[in-house]
Amino acid sequence: MPTLKDIENKIKAVKKTQQITKAMNMVAASRLRGSQTTMEAFRPYAGKFAEVLGSLAERAEEGANPLLVPRETVKSIHIVLCTSDRGLCGGFNTNLIHRAEKLTAEKQQGNPTVSFTCFGKKGRDWARKARQTITEEHVGIVGTQFGFNVAATAGRKLVEGFLQGEFDEVHVVYAEFLSMARQLPVAKQLLPIPPIEKVEEQDREKAAAYLPEHICEPSPEQLLGEMLPRNVYVQLYSALLETSTSEHAARMMAMDNATKACKDMLENLTLIYNKARQAAITAELMDIVGGAEALRG
Amino acid sequence: MAEHITLEVVTPEKYVVSEEVQIVAAPGLFGEFGVLTGHTPFMTALKTGTVRYTDANGSEHHVFVSGGFAEALPDKVTVLAESAERRRDIDLERALAAKERAEKRLAEERTRDEIEFTRARIALERAINRIRLAKTRKQ
Repeated sequence: MPTLKDIENKIKAVKKTQQITKAMNMVAASRLRGSQTTMEAFRPYAGKFAEVLGSLAERAEEGANPLLVPRETVKSIHIVLCTSDRGLCGGFNTNLIHRAEKLTAEKQQGNPTVSFTCFGKKGRDWARKARQTITEEHVGIVGTQFGFNVAATAGRKLVEGFLQGEFDEVHVVYAEFLSMARQLPVAKQLLPIPPIEKVEEQDREKAAAYLPEHICEPSPEQLLGEMLPRNVYVQLYSALLETSTSEHAARMMAMDNATKACKDMLENLTLIYNKARQAAITAELMDIVGGAEALRG
Repeated sequence: MAEHITLEVVTPEKYVVSEEVQIVAAPGLFGEFGVLTGHTPFMTALKTGTVRYTDANGSEHHVFVSGGFAEALPDKVTVLAESAERRRDIDLERALAAKERAEKRLAEERTRDEIEFTRARIALERAINRIRLAKTRKQ
């Protein structure tokens, strides 16, 4: 049976924890707004880029670019794992790491070697512990405000690695931001670039009327060659932005739940405290009354 | 045919320009080209340089672009660039510092890595273009 003092201390401790979780919730909320704005600002560029790339792919020859051609035997796979640097965000990182593990398991055919580029400390720590090969690690990016050049620099290395035959396939694992309450771990193939979505069949006539042959400078193939690597950077940047936004959303949810749990706990503890106090008072009264009775004789 | 064309300059960070304009001139890979309304569909990679346009009221604007593509349609011009700034938004101090840095690197790296060298050269080109454009500002 804990003493009154014990319960009091416990209540104080829980109150302090609640203050912290509440503060973290608010910090996450304001960061979330920041990364959501960045994400929204990026959307028009990504949309336009896909549009232009689609209409180019329409006219370029099949297999016009080495980045589009799948390798016959896949001997090495590279995975870009996006996680957060910090914890206290529920199952966020665990889910992402599970997704990466699943992806590696799926790709076991032909026994390829797997290497990682890790964005975020949590993923890196896991990769180290699991004795995976880490080609590169970037800490201090996810969850902050970062520019396109971060993705461009990392993306350039991926493209170079692919072209030089170091990797036969490159995938990215990231958290897609669906809503405040839902972030989905997703695996996407970056390289070779999956077939680019061309104009839908039924829209084709309309599109043809609207989009007669473009004049291209330089040729469509060369333009495509310029744009495809950039497409990888665009995909990577969007994956990083999604992960950042998801991290903040996940942390907000986790901290909200923690604050609620603290509140429940406080209610319970207060009840126990009051009961214990009442019991103590009753016991004391009994003592006094008993004593008085005894004196009266 | 519409009198004006829509010009959009987009970077990964933001919409730089989105307005109705009379004429656009952009630095294509094979030389500068102008676009008026009713242009034949045209697509090109862009050099680092300046996109100029005259807005609906007839005043001229300058936008610095680097690492971009342009698509011209009869009623619309889209410029996708890795970085773009309006002339008034260029940070001259920063560009000057970047120029110095790039020159220093060029002097050092000349004998070394070819990729590093190219990167420094491109950075220098960007800085010089920014500075040149910023200097045409009315003080």
